[in-house]
Amino acid sequence: MENKNNLDLNNGEVAVVHEGTAKRGFFTRIIDSVYSFMDKTHNKIIVAVILLAFVLTVPLWADNYILQVAWNAMFYMLLALGCNIIVGFTGMVDLGFAAKFAVGAYTSGILVHTFGWNFWLTLPIVVIVGMIAAVLIGGPALRLRSDYLAIVTLGFGEIVRTVARNLEITGSASGLSGIKRPYIFGTQLTRIWMWYYLFVFLVFLFVVASNRVKDSRFGRGLAYVREDEDAARAMGVNVVKFKMWAFIVGTVMGAIAGAFYVMQMAAVSPNSFQFTQSSNILLAVVLGGMGKVPGVMAGAAFFSIFPEIFRSIGEYRMLFFGIALVLVMIFRPQGLWPERRRR
Amino acid sequence: MFSPGEIILQQTVNGLILGCFYALISLGYTMVYGIVRLLNFAHGDIYMVGAFVGFFVFGALAAITGTGWLSIILAMVAAMFLCGVLGFLIQRFAYRPLLDAPRLSLLITAIGVSLILQNAMMILTNGEFKFFNHSVNPRAGISLGNVTITWIQMVLLGITAVLLISLTWFVSKTIWGKAMRAISMDRPTCRLMGINVNTIIGITFFIGSALAAVAGVMACVYYGNVHYFMGYIMGMKAFTAAVIGGIGSIPGAMLGGLLLGLLEAGGTQVLGSSWKDVFAFGILIIMLIFKPTGLLGKTEVERM
Repeated sequence: MENKNNLDLNNGEVAVVHEGTAKRGFFTRIIDSVYSFMDKTHNKIIVAVILLAFVLTVPLWADNYILQVAWNAMFYMLLALGCNIIVGFTGMVDLGFAAKFAVGAYTSGILVHTFGWNFWLTLPIVVIVGMIAAVLIGGPALRLRSDYLAIVTLGFGEIVRTVARNLEITGSASGLSGIKRPYIFGTQLTRIWMWYYLFVFLVFLFVVASNRVKDSRFGRGLAYVREDEDAARAMGVNVVKFKMWAFIVGTVMGAIAGAFYVMQMAAVSPNSFQFTQSSNILLAVVLGGMGKVPGVMAGAAFFSIFPEIFRSIGEYRMLFFGIALVLVMIFRPQGLWPERRRR
Repeated sequence: MFSPGEIILQQTVNGLILGCFYALISLGYTMVYGIVRLLNFAHGDIYMVGAFVGFFVFGALAAITGTGWLSIILAMVAAMFLCGVLGFLIQRFAYRPLLDAPRLSLLITAIGVSLILQNAMMILTNGEFKFFNHSVNPRAGISLGNVTITWIQMVLLGITAVLLISLTWFVSKTIWGKAMRAISMDRPTCRLMGINVNTIIGITFFIGSALAAVAGVMACVYYGNVHYFMGYIMGMKAFTAAVIGGIGSIPGAMLGGLLLGLLEAGGTQVLGSSWKDVFAFGILIIMLIFKPTGLLGKTEVERM
């Protein structure tokens, strides 16, 4: 935050920002203590082992409902990790991420259901279709100012949903159902715990992929684009190309998550891809702290579990959620657990 | 049966009315975007709140001033004022603290405000459709062959025209309008020149929200019902209209709104109503490919 204040010295609103800084103290202290704790490698390993042990033992004690919620949390993590490449790493605003997982879900769903393909063979097709979709959406929008991408993704989200609702092959408004579940080593994946473990494994793959991207030359280029597009361009980064690839990678990750989602649900309908879905994914990334992989995962877990915990307050929960969102943004605009910049 | 000419006339009238809604709402988007570079997600919900304020005020007035035009106009004025104040308050408490924060935070805040408005209204109305029972005959009007242009349609067109003309006058002739245009060019310099930027931003939100509220009450009268979710798709299409006209440009928003309304009416006639949303966003994407600055927008040079 300090850097930002200095930059804005000349526009007279510094006083307001400083007022905010004073109120931020409580949060910042907690986060700082978490950071200094997590800085020590052995602490990091201990925390990771405890979390991993917890995640892996969930099916041993949980009932079906809790397992379903846990599986859903894993699914959200996949989506948020995909969205994170676009929003967190590159700083583009994507308001239609649900469309991306819809693309994957329908591609896989139609191939398995209507054409009787083996699910695992549909995955390469899902990747290709995801790439095509990304180029179609991103192509016109990425060359323009960043806000246009927000609108185009939003519009594309609506287009995908409307097309799915109106076409014969996507099963119109009721969608596809009774899709045959895939087999692994001759065992059909019918039980929720199998899916849970499969998704935990997928999350692991996505996390590895995210970290590989982040630490690569490509990822550093993306961070540069996010921090200062003009400077990045001046330094010889091909901004449009980098953004395009980030968009493609994020979209393909979303599409893959969608393909697995449809197999677990054994059904897909246009109502799964409403704007609320997209905004939840975006919020998970932003509140989790833009680009910080564990933060984004925590955000995704929070967003999938929060509505379940607060079911008792019923219709008020989205109202409180909106209020919480505004307050978090005012008092902690960099997210709850932001990436600490290397100096 | 309708002859082709009559179909075209009918769809033109329908499109113009739809275009009035889009134009009034997209003005709020484009003014706010021009001045603070914020995609104000909550704007569609202000339109919805305006419709409900109109509905409630109309209900309260029905016993005193009847259910005719007088009550409708009074409800419209009340909705304008209350939504204007609401827009101002949202700006004051949710957006102003973040004006210098990263743009994404502002956008997320706007999504949060939109959630608050939508859910507050859902709780207040139990998520039901409310029916707006006015006593104006929805069929009466001037007949041209088989096509009837109703009084309601004509009054709505008239109100929109008056508002658009006054807004143009306000922005181009008054000192506040001049300040608005100046801020949209360069906010820090305006501060140095002694313009009270916060006041002008407040006025902008007030006017934009008031116009959306008019559209909301007009929708009540025209469609006869209100619902807490009505703002979402309307808001998105109005934003599309603003982009078509050139975001940040006030005449652009008017033109974009009317054009989108006409195109959508034509597209619905040709493709069927289930495709009308695809049609609107399809136009948006084609627009962005071929003329990304919009019809009347200026190419923006991004300063470093």
